[in-house]
Amino acid sequence: MKKLLLGDEAIAQGALDAGLSGVYAYPGTPSTEITEYIQASPLAKERGVHSRWSTNEKTAMEAALGMSFMGKRALVCMKHVGMNVCADPFVNSGMTGVNGGVVVLAADDPSMHSSQDEQDSRFYGKFALIPTFEPSSQQEAYDMMAAAFDYSEQQKLPVLMRVTTRMAHSRAVVEVKNEARKQNDMNYNAVAANWVLLPANARKRNDIVTAQQATLEENAANSAYNKYIEGKDKKMGIIASGIAFNYVNECFPAGCPFPVLKISQYPLPKKLVRRMCDECDSVMVVEEGQPFIEEMLRGVMPGNAEIKGRLTGELPRTGELTPDIVKKALGMETGQNFSSCEDVAPRPPALCQGCGHRDVYTALNEVLKEYENPRVFGDIGCYTLGFLPPYRAIHSCVDMGASITMAKGAADAGQWPAVAVIGDSTFTHSGMTGLLDAVNENANITVIISDNLTTAMTGGQDSAGTNKFEAICRGLGVAEEHLHVVTPLPKNMPEITRIIREEINYKGTSVIIPRRECIQTLQRHLKEQKKAQEKK
Amino acid sequence: MKTDIILCGVGGQGILSIATIIGEAAMNENLYIKQAEVHGMSQRGGDVQSNLRISSEPINSDLIALGGADVIISMEPMEALRYLPYLNKEGWIITSSAPFVNIPNYPELDTIMADLNKMPNVIIVDIEQLAKDNGVNRSANVILLGAAQKALGIEYDKLEDAIRRVFGRKGDAVVEANIKALALGRAAQK
Repeated sequence: MKKLLLGDEAIAQGALDAGLSGVYAYPGTPSTEITEYIQASPLAKERGVHSRWSTNEKTAMEAALGMSFMGKRALVCMKHVGMNVCADPFVNSGMTGVNGGVVVLAADDPSMHSSQDEQDSRFYGKFALIPTFEPSSQQEAYDMMAAAFDYSEQQKLPVLMRVTTRMAHSRAVVEVKNEARKQNDMNYNAVAANWVLLPANARKRNDIVTAQQATLEENAANSAYNKYIEGKDKKMGIIASGIAFNYVNECFPAGCPFPVLKISQYPLPKKLVRRMCDECDSVMVVEEGQPFIEEMLRGVMPGNAEIKGRLTGELPRTGELTPDIVKKALGMETGQNFSSCEDVAPRPPALCQGCGHRDVYTALNEVLKEYENPRVFGDIGCYTLGFLPPYRAIHSCVDMGASITMAKGAADAGQWPAVAVIGDSTFTHSGMTGLLDAVNENANITVIISDNLTTAMTGGQDSAGTNKFEAICRGLGVAEEHLHVVTPLPKNMPEITRIIREEINYKGTSVIIPRRECIQTLQRHLKEQKKAQEKK
Repeated sequence: MKTDIILCGVGGQGILSIATIIGEAAMNENLYIKQAEVHGMSQRGGDVQSNLRISSEPINSDLIALGGADVIISMEPMEALRYLPYLNKEGWIITSSAPFVNIPNYPELDTIMADLNKMPNVIIVDIEQLAKDNGVNRSANVILLGAAQKALGIEYDKLEDAIRRVFGRKGDAVVEANIKALALGRAAQK
């Protein structure tokens, strides 16, 4: 059966067809659509596949390990920076190994379309001794899910699947199976001695998994996903990983004259690399993301071939690849005819008209004018756009949850006023623990949890803490008289500014929760209501 | 057959629904398709684009190379100009004439129109007005698709069939409005 699928959707369908029992994820561009697809899938519903959003990537990874422990197949999805959040269970899952298959899907975002850094998740796979797959097309992404789950169970290790934005968010026709594999039954095969990572146990596992690397590399050398494609002209060989393989092919419509080594499965098969280096005068490494293969090559090679790539400047050191960048690296001319139009103005993203975050920043800016050196520590979400004009309201945005903890550290250093602005979903993802730190020392900070009842930036997914924020703050020890809920609307400006001012002047930890539904999800909900009424 | 298309506009203008209809028509013809979309933060009122490639031969890259696009379909006149380096020599620009002004430094509309009219192959349609005058307010983007039909190299009937399949679930009234919009666009072609 043929389907027109986003890369993310092909991955989701591939996982379902491979007998998935649960997906665990926190929304993050460009990975969000995988879980959304499973949530909407009739097959997933029929089979009772778990698909509810997790509070963060760490809880997601751990829950997946629990499902694997009981013998079933689990998928964990996240954007690349989510790998940092789940790094602890991810790296240790290499030590425990798996029972039911586990695939960890990391969607990298080179050029940072929607991210704060450009990290390459393949390093995590290598670091954790976990085999890594990197599909080059939507079809391969679909096929690889079944292969990855099988491989995970065969090798008793999780498999890391790495994709990038262009793969995740590009549609193509995918041939999918007509029937899904049966789900695994629950079993009790997980051995406590593997899963209890006491040093004595972990040392044994470490030896086993380290010794297993040679097999994993041999398998990669023989993998159908890694291909050595012959070429007549040996002046150059090209190593292309993942979707970079497509850009190389795009440059040669009549077929590539040079030998090409396509890499889609790691550990890097050194045997194939050596062959290319022996045969060719130079080797061009084309990879999406950081120079992961290129750096390894420089250590692998005896040195008879010249290596070119991101580290030597033929390809840019950072940023996403494009067909034009690859063309240039291969010494070909671009086909550009028209120059850029000088009259075109940049159009950066902005907070929506009518968004509650706007009113929060308006109020905050009005109050902070009264102080000499106020500092506002921001966080990850739509409200990061508060950095841009007209608000210019925040001074930092580092990672999920860092608003509260950085405000606390600044207050510890003597800063006042120190204000944290964090969204509802980001607060439950990684802000709660930081708030506990602040409360325990009664740090002199004002925390604004801007609650729009959803995970808005990624498209309006459910937010784990909805209706629980006052209770969470009270539970963490925030004093009742310094916990406020307001409705961010222009008509409430006097009340909101008064409360912000009072709490900044209070010497201790206070929390203000401006609460109003995201304008995007509100419009969607109103439409659904209208439809439901029409049906009646 | 091979057509490389850049669909563009401002986040929220609905460029992806045009892509859905073209994709449906292409898939029904057993053509290969690749369509790179933009999701995430960049959608919030910023410039957005989608690279849509259809071909009778397998397609490698998800992205279109500079000078490679056969058609730019834009929901907004300034946004059409943003992608000129990607247009090939004989390429067409099909754009709505209505500016979407959400930035303080939006250029004079006359300047934008002059830049557009300098291009060899351009069709500028006031899709909003045309939609309003003909009672198909919610199908303005399909008028734009109709205006792009020849440039796309897809037969008119195939697009009409695709509309029937894409909007079929929403009822006859919606299907008819979109088919009417497509016809209005066709009439606006040169």
